[in-house]
Amino acid sequence: MPETMSIPIADDLICPYGEGIALLASRDRATGRLSFPARPANDTRYAQVVLPGTGRLWSWTVQRFRPKSPPYAGPEAFEPYAVGYIELDDALIVEARLVDVAFDALEIGMAMRVVPLPFMLADGTPRTSFGFAPDKGAQS
Amino acid sequence: MSEDVFIVGVGIHPFGRTPGLSGLQQGVFAVRQALDRAGLSWPDVQFAFGGSDAAGNADTMVSELGLTGIPFINVANGCATGGSAMFGAYSTIKSGEFDLGLAVGFDKHPRGSFSPLPADWGLPDWYGETGLMLTTQFFAMKIQRYMSLYGITPPMLGAVAEKAFANGVLADHAWRREAVDIDTILNAQMVSDPLTKFMFCSPGEGAVALLLASGRKARERGLPAVRLRAAAVRTRPPGSFEVFSPALDLERGGSPTSVASQAAFAMAGVGPEDIDIAQLQDTEAGAEIMHMAENGFCADGDQAVWIAEGRTRIDGRLPVNTDGGCLACGEPIGASGLRQVYENYVQLTGQAGARQVPGKIRLGYSHVYGAPGVSAVAIVER
Repeated sequence: MPETMSIPIADDLICPYGEGIALLASRDRATGRLSFPARPANDTRYAQVVLPGTGRLWSWTVQRFRPKSPPYAGPEAFEPYAVGYIELDDALIVEARLVDVAFDALEIGMAMRVVPLPFMLADGTPRTSFGFAPDKGAQS
Repeated sequence: MSEDVFIVGVGIHPFGRTPGLSGLQQGVFAVRQALDRAGLSWPDVQFAFGGSDAAGNADTMVSELGLTGIPFINVANGCATGGSAMFGAYSTIKSGEFDLGLAVGFDKHPRGSFSPLPADWGLPDWYGETGLMLTTQFFAMKIQRYMSLYGITPPMLGAVAEKAFANGVLADHAWRREAVDIDTILNAQMVSDPLTKFMFCSPGEGAVALLLASGRKARERGLPAVRLRAAAVRTRPPGSFEVFSPALDLERGGSPTSVASQAAFAMAGVGPEDIDIAQLQDTEAGAEIMHMAENGFCADGDQAVWIAEGRTRIDGRLPVNTDGGCLACGEPIGASGLRQVYENYVQLTGQAGARQVPGKIRLGYSHVYGAPGVSAVAIVER
């Protein structure tokens, strides 16, 4: 991870990539089918691959109430957050939090890119997860 | 030669909240009511399938119903628990093993949304920890995409919810029994865009019992009977979009509902155009709309015309969710799918009172859907 980021929230989920991160997935060696999240690294039926970092918003919603804990491990203080599926070219449709975008600007088909998402566990421990933000450099 | 299967008795504990009774006790209440209405007693029952998601083991009901020694099989199949119990009872009679049995489902959930744990669903902890593991998000994103593809609008979602509450007023087993107008529905607190709080059903309590018998047994005992023409349970095919999916395949496919629906129509030897009344899973208002198409009743997008013309109202061409569905009855998981069959039985036998569908109705269709991608469909005939 770049030095400014806390450790990943899970193993085999994300990796450093350029200035940011990329998502890790598994490719079934027999069928070529991709799966996310990645299978454990010791499962020899799968090869670990890096997913494309850009794609288009496939669907979205806004989480307006604090999810129950467990399983939710975020802070007690709650702010609504956006969630969506992003269609990554020639890969998969991945579910993620959506960041750096106003709720009323969300639109199916908009260009998105993967970004690191600082995530504070309820006990105050900082972790790095992933999200998608509008890809302002993309051709519309 | 397999046996024909008939529903010969039904019982229900009203849905909603019943602080004084456990889920199991509500189940026993429903069983006793079904027996009473059919003029049967517990020793007549030769076998049982039953279950709940969160309210205990069905087979312990024998403590209250009687220690007759029958096989009583517990079913734990998530949202399809009731549908699976009925499928078990149906198959047992169809095979000729027994000729009179029980399918019972009950539940009692705490207030608020469900709180599933990732490990129970084969998912890593981060998925739940970061706030992605909510059924409400899934339903919202499924209808959000469907709306963008097929021109479904928020007022159509509102119309579905308004109909549900209007029907619930007329159903004595419903939980929500007050009409809610469409403006209130559309302007209510947003839960998960585009769905407001009146567009979602809530986990609740309740129980339903169905007594099933062979044709020979039904005739022998002089029992009024509704024939169970089809009972199909199916899991998800490749490329479906399901609850709790961190990723989806690019190549999109069918749904467990479309697969179960086609299987049930094939078993019954009838088509969607033959159905007179339908109970479709309406976890949220958009689910009813999407399930109209997934079950083959209309093409994607045609729901706009159906809703505008009131075709799914009690007096419409294909009344849908005549007791208010999950939106008005709530969703006690183990009982919810059997409630739909109960409602079809009551309607086909002309006992639905103020919500009785007018005219002659012959074929009733019911459809339950749930996590992690399972649907159960039943077709009944009077």
